[in-house]
Amino acid sequence: MSRASIAIVGAAESTRMGKVPELSQTGLHADAALNALTDCGLRPDDIDGVATGGHDVAEICQYLGITPTWYDGTSVGGCSFITLVRHAAAAIRQGLCTTVLITHGESGRSNNRNHRPIFPSMQQQEFESIYGPLIPPSRFTLPVLRKMKDDGLTLEQLAMVAVVQREWAAYHPRATARDPITVDDVLSSKMIAWPFRKLMCCLVSDGGGALILTSAERARDFPTKPVYLRGAGGESIEGPMISQMESFSSSKAFRVSGKAAFDSAGISHAEVDHLMIYDAFAHLPVYGLEDLGFVGRGEGGAFIAEGHTRPGGKLPLNTNGGGLSYMHSGMYGMYALQEAVRQMRGVSPGQVEGAKLSVVHGVGGMFSAAATVVMTTEDGW
Amino acid sequence: MNQRQIPTIHPETRFYWDGARQGRLLLNSCPACDKAYFPPRPFCPTCGSRDVTVIEASGKGRLYSYVISHLPAPGYEPPFTVAVVQLEEGVKMVTNIVDCPAEPELLVLDMALEVTFESRGDVTVPQFRPAGGGT
Repeated sequence: MSRASIAIVGAAESTRMGKVPELSQTGLHADAALNALTDCGLRPDDIDGVATGGHDVAEICQYLGITPTWYDGTSVGGCSFITLVRHAAAAIRQGLCTTVLITHGESGRSNNRNHRPIFPSMQQQEFESIYGPLIPPSRFTLPVLRKMKDDGLTLEQLAMVAVVQREWAAYHPRATARDPITVDDVLSSKMIAWPFRKLMCCLVSDGGGALILTSAERARDFPTKPVYLRGAGGESIEGPMISQMESFSSSKAFRVSGKAAFDSAGISHAEVDHLMIYDAFAHLPVYGLEDLGFVGRGEGGAFIAEGHTRPGGKLPLNTNGGGLSYMHSGMYGMYALQEAVRQMRGVSPGQVEGAKLSVVHGVGGMFSAAATVVMTTEDGW
Repeated sequence: MNQRQIPTIHPETRFYWDGARQGRLLLNSCPACDKAYFPPRPFCPTCGSRDVTVIEASGKGRLYSYVISHLPAPGYEPPFTVAVVQLEEGVKMVTNIVDCPAEPELLVLDMALEVTFESRGDVTVPQFRPAGGGT
């Protein structure tokens, strides 16, 4: 019998999401942080560990009035917050701090900020950007035609990713895009970067989110239902140059991160009740399903198109509607975590009945980094 | 803003851009691994050896993957093709496909490509076109 050692006791998103022109990026961090503190009945001076990605962690500490004994500013893109959950858990286990606040805020739409979230890569500029792929729609999509040819992935299957996630978004009052869409709608939406059309690409939003982690022992003292971490999660990096991916049909970082998380948790795929896979674009859930081992190579597109991930399906996936329909601030990983916490608390508007084991998997940069964590309602297994 | 980006050239990559200006596509290669690699750096990313060489690539490759961007970029008029070419020497690199309209029907994966060169002020940038001089 293993006992849980770490729990998420506080979780909240920013008060408003989507278009929030009245707040700065730093303000979005703070708004979400204060909401998460309220959620679990803490004040800023109860926090002794602070972590954030894509933003100066020191500024967040000072803005909130926290003097931490541990901090982490790992910034590898949108999965940073998933990475930080496992880093925070390790720090608490090691005794470096007791109560960690992880914040995210991003003024992706209103652009009330003075810097971009990720450091530019030297070689990316010198050998990729000069050919014009300066933004995610023309860079993150680059491997997909190769995968379509090698693995039989089809445009209709990619369109179904958006269709199914919109079905989930319809349950969520806070989702940006909730009206049902069809494959035809997706395939006739505006061309962005062949073969990608607008409805296969994520939203561009303002928003924030925050989590508070502490030891499982202390979790019982909080008013919220604890969400426990199972195992140590996983992370890896392949690198910021997407053209240098070893395979265009499979992410090495996904495979390494996912395997570490599953091995550490000691779970099988059949036990997973709920799954979040970061979807900046429609192909990411397909790569994620395959690289995490839920399906075989080349089977991810058909698995989604056959309806297995939709409401009522055997593997509910991206149950908030994902980056395609819920919101996408630029570094979406925090929102995948928030929905998994809601599912484990049993309070998601798109609740999966009886769900007690959730896997959250994210991408950072454009197939550059990956992180995976496993959450559960159970304090022992 | 209407100019195509110029690469920021670093000491370790100067040879590559000097080669391009002479109409040569140069790669680093590791004799111990018997393998070319890209982008350039003064050590082998497989074995870590600093004992690496510079070779001239054949300039021949195949269309590995691409997108046709319908969004603007500095110096590019949409739609334009952003592609990855896999060279005969095994390495992959980003390129545009020049001398070929940006249309999916004309851009068939695995079609043969050949290197050509584009001047951008003082810098010469390797580019690829369909083998045989384009369509």
